[in-house]
Amino acid sequence: MSVIDESGAAASHVSAGRTAEVAVVPPVGPPGEGLRRFVGPGVVFALFVGFWYFTHHVLMSDARKFLVPPPHHVMRDAFFTWDIPRGTGGSRTGGGLSRNLEGLWSSTQVAALGLAIAILIGLALATAMSQAKWVENAFYPFLVALQAMPILAFVPLIGALFGFDFWSRVLVCIMIALFPIVANTLFGLISVERGYHELMNLHGASRWTKLRKLQYPAAMPSIFTGLQISAGLSVVGAVVGDFFFRQGEPGIGRLINTYQNSNETEQMYGAVIMSALLGIAVFLGFGILGRRVVSHWHETRNA
Amino acid sequence: MSVDATVESSDSAAADGHALEFSGLSMVFPDGTHALEDISLSVDRGEFVTLVGPSGCGKSTLLRIASGLERHTGGECRVDRDSIGYVFQDATLFPWRTVRRNVELIAELHGVDAKSMTPKVEESLELVGLKEHETKYPKQLSGGMKMRASLARSLVLQPDVFLFDEPFGALDEISRERLNDELLALFKAKDFAGLFITHSIAEAVFLSTRVLVMSARPGRIIADYDVPFAYPREHDIRYDAAFAELSGKISHDLRGAHE
Repeated sequence: MSVIDESGAAASHVSAGRTAEVAVVPPVGPPGEGLRRFVGPGVVFALFVGFWYFTHHVLMSDARKFLVPPPHHVMRDAFFTWDIPRGTGGSRTGGGLSRNLEGLWSSTQVAALGLAIAILIGLALATAMSQAKWVENAFYPFLVALQAMPILAFVPLIGALFGFDFWSRVLVCIMIALFPIVANTLFGLISVERGYHELMNLHGASRWTKLRKLQYPAAMPSIFTGLQISAGLSVVGAVVGDFFFRQGEPGIGRLINTYQNSNETEQMYGAVIMSALLGIAVFLGFGILGRRVVSHWHETRNA
Repeated sequence: MSVDATVESSDSAAADGHALEFSGLSMVFPDGTHALEDISLSVDRGEFVTLVGPSGCGKSTLLRIASGLERHTGGECRVDRDSIGYVFQDATLFPWRTVRRNVELIAELHGVDAKSMTPKVEESLELVGLKEHETKYPKQLSGGMKMRASLARSLVLQPDVFLFDEPFGALDEISRERLNDELLALFKAKDFAGLFITHSIAEAVFLSTRVLVMSARPGRIIADYDVPFAYPREHDIRYDAAFAELSGKISHDLRGAHE
């Protein structure tokens, strides 16, 4: 590129060059800037909705069309109608936004409590594991097993031990949400480079001081990665728990199940979308929180 | 203040023993690696001793022993461990702390309270020229500025002994020379005992009152040179004939050490 230095050869060459360069080449931001970052997800969303209509209109025979109601019916019945009382318009269970929100609120409480407890246990466990290799060796296989085993298998046991309502649902949430927190926190705590430990050791830092001043702050980015995954999973846990523990306040999972049984598919899809929205919300929430905490110092990919 | 470099510092530190002393020190690692053999060396305040030698000759191990990070297996090492500044090859700054908070770290670890810390931290930041960058995070700093911050962090407690493990090895030539100048200014201002490791002969000669050449493993001291140039040393002494001659001798010894 030819740079014409108008301010004269004697002027600072470097800065003059820079100015000219910026003027000639328009600043191109990274691809995820401004409204453009929504183009990708928007296209995928449009394709998804298109496929939904296609399934309803083309793939389903007339007799089975009720299994996949068109999206605008789902929106109309589950989101834009406040209340469908029991028995109206052939609805056996009733529905509408108000009922879904009530279910969602109940599930949110379960998920939030389950997540909170999973965070406490997870951080404590990961800390203990980071301090002694034998603790890590003792617990890790079982955490992996907990992660790998279908929670369904535990449901009768959990029900028998803790009843079939609130606390059993919370327990399912904890079991599902625990592993990512432990694994990511542990990874963060033990990945601190040796030089940093030596610096702390040189100046007589205790294990606790090292944890507090070095390892926890260093682990923050991975802790938040774990939290983000677990937060999403805790919503799944709350919904799954609802399917099996059918006493107490009905959560969004129970509504899904009920709508399924009564063939009210508009309501069912509405409830599924609602629980997905909750999952997305907590995922984004923890993502934003994490960035708030670490982005000023952490060198992220898109910093 | 003009001090003749080749004359031993006559202040209090010299009165009772050396600031740092190894006598007949040897080191064999548990895996059988014989790292150091019969190292006898003392450094007083006002002395700046540099070790050069082939990679893996145990130079870093010697510093690690001095600092207490490693335990030697023979001979003696005498030093006041509470008064050591150790500057690593990496700046090892905490990325979540600002420059200022990084400089506070070591004082913090030694339980210095916030009030008496402030003037010391201010002075350190001034000395390395980072005062106006004190609110920046390490990711915003150049390599040279990171090393300055690392130096400032060690300066806060005003140690008598400074150990430098190839601190400027990763920097470009110009930054390195600039930091050499600044380190010398610090050395004259603080009058500590310095033990420095480098692979650059020019850096060794420029900084030191004394340069020692070590052999390949097991590391022994095979040559010992007093550097005759008076402080303050100007940048241009690097192109002096006497400078070149001394560098040549050291280079020759190093070549021998590699065989």
